[in-house]
Amino acid sequence: MNMMGEEMQPEVTKGAIRIEDVVKIYDPDGAAVMAVDHCSIDIPAGEICMIVGPSGCGKTTLLNAIAGFHDVTSGHIYLDDEMLCGPDNRKAEPGSDRIVVFQNGALFPWKTNLENIAFGPMMEGKLSKSEIYDKARSMMADAGLSGTENSYPGEVSSGLRRRVEIVRALMNDPKVLLFDEPYRALDSLTKSVMHEALLEIYYKNKVTIFFITHDLEEAIFLGHRLIIMSSRPCKPKKIVDVDIPHPRDYSVLTSPRFREIMNEAKGVVHEEAKKAFDAGEKEG
Amino acid sequence: MSLRTFKENLFSKGALRGIAAIVIFVIIWEVGARSEQIFGFRVPFLGLVPPPSSVFVSWGGLIGEPSYWQSWYMSFVRVFTGFIAAVLIGIPLGLFMAVNKTFYGMAFPSFEVLRPIPPLAWVPASIIFWPTQEMSIAFVTFLGAFYTIVINVLGGAKSINKQFLQAAQSMGASQWDIFRRIIFPATLPSIVVGSAVGMGITWEVVVAAEMISGGGSSGGGAGGGLGFFIWASYVGGSYEQIIVGMISIGIAGYFSSELLRQLGGYLTPWLKTR
Ligand SMILES: Nc1ncnc2c1ncn2[C@@H]1O[C@H](COP(=O)(O)OP(=O)(O)OP(=O)(O)O)[C@@H](O)[C@H]1O
Ligand SMILES: [Mg+2]
Repeated sequence: MNMMGEEMQPEVTKGAIRIEDVVKIYDPDGAAVMAVDHCSIDIPAGEICMIVGPSGCGKTTLLNAIAGFHDVTSGHIYLDDEMLCGPDNRKAEPGSDRIVVFQNGALFPWKTNLENIAFGPMMEGKLSKSEIYDKARSMMADAGLSGTENSYPGEVSSGLRRRVEIVRALMNDPKVLLFDEPYRALDSLTKSVMHEALLEIYYKNKVTIFFITHDLEEAIFLGHRLIIMSSRPCKPKKIVDVDIPHPRDYSVLTSPRFREIMNEAKGVVHEEAKKAFDAGEKEG
Repeated sequence: MSLRTFKENLFSKGALRGIAAIVIFVIIWEVGARSEQIFGFRVPFLGLVPPPSSVFVSWGGLIGEPSYWQSWYMSFVRVFTGFIAAVLIGIPLGLFMAVNKTFYGMAFPSFEVLRPIPPLAWVPASIIFWPTQEMSIAFVTFLGAFYTIVINVLGGAKSINKQFLQAAQSMGASQWDIFRRIIFPATLPSIVVGSAVGMGITWEVVVAAEMISGGGSSGGGAGGGLGFFIWASYVGGSYEQIIVGMISIGIAGYFSSELLRQLGGYLTPWLKTR
């Protein structure tokens, strides 16, 4: 499984996530909704872990628990050796070691792209403003964003916006990037460009990536591993190793191994989607 | 703006259409107002109105009158006193109601009971409890803008995308940073809209308040403002001056709104390109 490309990368030692027996029950006005059911996932440092599952199964819920946006009902979540949440603190503290890239994007529209990217370090206050802006500019240049520094997010294409948001996340030197279907709204051509761009960024800044998606092709192209979730309440249903070596480019999409993995995953995903659909029919 | 772009703007299609429409309107008005002389019968409505030519003559006579400009000045002072007070009190109040649940629970019900009372219904009461008439007019003007500003700010601040707050929190922003760098700028567009609408209401209210209260402390005439100017012209039977007063208010309101638009555009540069 360890191929040439992978061995060339420096070893990532930080950013392992361990989800242990996490349960999340939403209880607005007594109508308990179980979103996550005794879910355990181990993600080694530096892995791109793709979470695939039917609509409404509880993927965002799990991501929000890691990010610290809401509490869990029971269970533990660890980042390396640090317990983010457990029996004593059910809600993790949000922190710059875990940055979320949201489904609809959350760049601040009133700040220019450069100011957006500088936001995290400015809040941290360790570096001077000019050091931060220099770093931001060079990160933008690396990501092919030169020339858009002084534009507002609303003035650039949605593909560029996504890239700005990823660079903004990376400026915080996170251990983990949490993606909640960031490319859902993009057309498939832009998407393929974004995938290669994301991998390129990843090869330069190895972090752990927790990536939620509906799109199997995206999942297999990007991921070291696919975790296919059951319909709600969510827990891992099947884990698929993507033994295609990194660095990858779009040519792997047509490789026979890609097709094989796709076929293996498709059956499970379809089955769960059908369960979710049937459950929805019963409820609705 | 260079002379060239000024000319281009002036002679652009849109501007020309606007000018043409005004010219046509004035011609119809002139002909209608003089219909009795021209056609021998009175056109309904327009036949009762003084023609624009005599309005302009009357206006020309007023241009040199300090009392006419004093009316402008008085109304402007009242509008801006009330408006600025509404902005200074309304924006923090709206923001605070949005971020503090306890305060919201306390303040919002009374706010919602007071809000439907039209500002003009406050005229008699405010004449009674404010020491000077000037203050009571400014107070009523303040109310005109206040509710609109608070409601807009509150709505804007409450509808902030939750993910902006989450993102800022993840990146280490403190509560104060979140307020200052996220909630406030995210609410700015609503602040601008609320202020612009509030400014419009302010002019409506000040004119009516001046008419009702008899023009304020200096007891009519020069100190009365544009609202009282119209009222006094009506009482004095000068119909041309009524129309001069009306157009003056239109122009004054336009300049106030334009000022706010410019300021708003300057404060929210990111909205320009959409
Ligand atoms: N704040 C909440 N209160 C109550 N129920 C909630 C809340 N948030 C989510 N849910 C419910 O929990 C379940 C899982 O939601 P979640 O958003 O985690 O799903 P998801 O897998 O991310 O779905 P999607 O693919 O549509 O993004 C859904 O049934 C949803 O209705
Ligand atoms: Mg989701």
